Amino acid sequence: MNKFKVAYSGAIILLAALAAAGGGALVLKAIGANPLEIYKTILTGPFTDMFGMTEILVRAVPLILVALGIAIAFRSGIINIGAEGQMLIGILAATATALHLPAAWPKWEVLPLVILAGAIGGGFWAGIAGTLRARLGVNEILSTVMLNYIAAQFYTFFLRGPMIDPGELETGSGTPQSMRLPESAILSRLVPGTRLHTGLILALVLCVVVYFFLWHTTWGFRLRAAGAEAKAARYAGIRVEGSLVTAMVLSGAFAGIAGAVEVTGVHHRAIENITSGYGFAGIVVALFGALHPAGIVPAAVFFGLLLVGADMTQRSAGVPANMILVLQGVIILSIVSAKMYLNNAYAQERAARFFGRFFAKPASDEAKTGGQA
Amino acid sequence: MSETHGIVYNILSLGVPFSVALLLASLGENFNQRAGVFNLGCEGIMCMGAFLGFLPPYFLKAGPWAPYAHLMGFTIAMAAGVLLGLLFALVTVTFRAEQGIAGIGLQMLGWGVAGTLFRHFIGGVTGVEGLTAWAIPGLSRIPFLGGILFNHNPMVYVAFAMVPASWYILFKTPWGLKVRAAGTAPRAADSMGINVNRVRYQALMLGGALAGLGGAYLSLCQAKMFADDLVAGRGFIAVALVYFGRWSPLGIMGGALLFSLAQTLQLAIQVGGIKFPYEFAVMLPYVLVILVLSLARKARMRGPSHLGIPYNREMRY
Repeated sequence: MNKFKVAYSGAIILLAALAAAGGGALVLKAIGANPLEIYKTILTGPFTDMFGMTEILVRAVPLILVALGIAIAFRSGIINIGAEGQMLIGILAATATALHLPAAWPKWEVLPLVILAGAIGGGFWAGIAGTLRARLGVNEILSTVMLNYIAAQFYTFFLRGPMIDPGELETGSGTPQSMRLPESAILSRLVPGTRLHTGLILALVLCVVVYFFLWHTTWGFRLRAAGAEAKAARYAGIRVEGSLVTAMVLSGAFAGIAGAVEVTGVHHRAIENITSGYGFAGIVVALFGALHPAGIVPAAVFFGLLLVGADMTQRSAGVPANMILVLQGVIILSIVSAKMYLNNAYAQERAARFFGRFFAKPASDEAKTGGQA
Repeated sequence: MSETHGIVYNILSLGVPFSVALLLASLGENFNQRAGVFNLGCEGIMCMGAFLGFLPPYFLKAGPWAPYAHLMGFTIAMAAGVLLGLLFALVTVTFRAEQGIAGIGLQMLGWGVAGTLFRHFIGGVTGVEGLTAWAIPGLSRIPFLGGILFNHNPMVYVAFAMVPASWYILFKTPWGLKVRAAGTAPRAADSMGINVNRVRYQALMLGGALAGLGGAYLSLCQAKMFADDLVAGRGFIAVALVYFGRWSPLGIMGGALLFSLAQTLQLAIQVGGIKFPYEFAVMLPYVLVILVLSLARKARMRGPSHLGIPYNREMRY
């Protein structure tokens, strides 16, 4: 039984991966590129030097953080598409905090406050959607998407207006960006000469925290119960509406932390296009990682690789950067399609019966017990 | 004609054509949701429609086919919409995937494909000829109202004709009854011999065609150009309008007009010299969506009860 189940799951995953790669290949073919070449560059290109390899991890850090938040939300029965906007608000809050704290304060006092500010900013922004869902039944997918657009406008407003670097106004170049963060608000580098920063450690620690929170605390259990079966949870005395808001706020807080880490670790000032799509890629990472911290870390590294690789193909083969959106889209579609067959004993049994015809006795015997298990 | 009179006239006569893209996409989404499928991929389909619709007029600027370029554009956009609707149906109806997330996947796919092809084949900003306005003889001469309602490009009339047409289809034809049954009582429909999944496939294809057409209108008639971020969330707004309009074509038309009027009003305010940050003006429609959804709380009671639930005839509920 087990052997068949492994083979079955493996086959479904393989089919989904093939469908995703095939979908991407069609588009690559349409723009006259060689899909195999491009895929090869994406998957192996970043490994050619130290910078490329560390860059994968640099991309993985925000992806892990965003995906953790999205996993919390999805597991609690509320869908958060708004990580992009929550990151932006988190970045605004973190940057403003970093610029207003006394510059003489030591790093270990400033950085936690800055990251906390990011978490509060992101949590607040997500809380709007969570509250609207719990109180007024507003579809959270639509509201978070709208809040993304609104946050993007807020962000450019602050960068062009109240938070613009005074230096930009003096020189007259007027690039919309904030002042450089003080040294005390900057995450130190892990590997000198690269952009890899200590945010990676924070992300990994938070993975463990989220795992313990969701699977080893009552609070986490309540959230998951409300998400798995709202009616039963309500009957058991869990306040489902309240847990939706909690889950959403936590989810946004993680996106906010991702933003704060990105600005303190990589860019050192708030700039335009700072999120570079991490909020959306994080959704794919969370789904790809089966909404579990242990799956999210490898998934984030894989997507980090895709992002760095896609940048390389843009430079070397002239494949537009939008290609990464195409890949993300087909990956989402194939994951959600495959999911239905992965945990479906009935579909599995049917497949077993079908293949049993070709593989004589053992497979069909296994299928019979498999169907009853 | 007094000055305020002129301003009101301008806002209204601009607002009507501005509503068309939203109206078409939203009427299409209404078919999807009436059949029980929540299609957030509308945004992605509009992106593809906008891009593909833009191609014929762009490439056939001169030549024997030029007069038909717009018609070809609209047709191609609708065909692409049908195909993407089919893809979405495969994922959500056959594979019974979670519709909200699948919709986001389709949105990324449509947006990404349109952007990739655009950057590769066209690149920069280039305009196309729009459709010329066609004043309806007689009606367009009605004072004040004539110019607001009856002096637009032909697509405006097509879109507004779709409102009674989609009402008729939904409420007066056997197929419309099947669609509504698939969304409210799929099991009962199934027991009456209706193939629920087939009806959902058909509704998704029709909805896709309308969304594609809406997208093409955006690039061909409204902006008269294409850019990556041309659609800018209109697909999502169209989905919200279905809630706002309580799944009725007339209500949806009201919502679409409300949105386009808010937009033209905001443009008029900016042109009129009243200063407030540009970013807040852009934000306005999105804030309006959230407000509208918050106020439409009770509407959900009237919605298709099986909205978002895949139909599985082998499962007991």
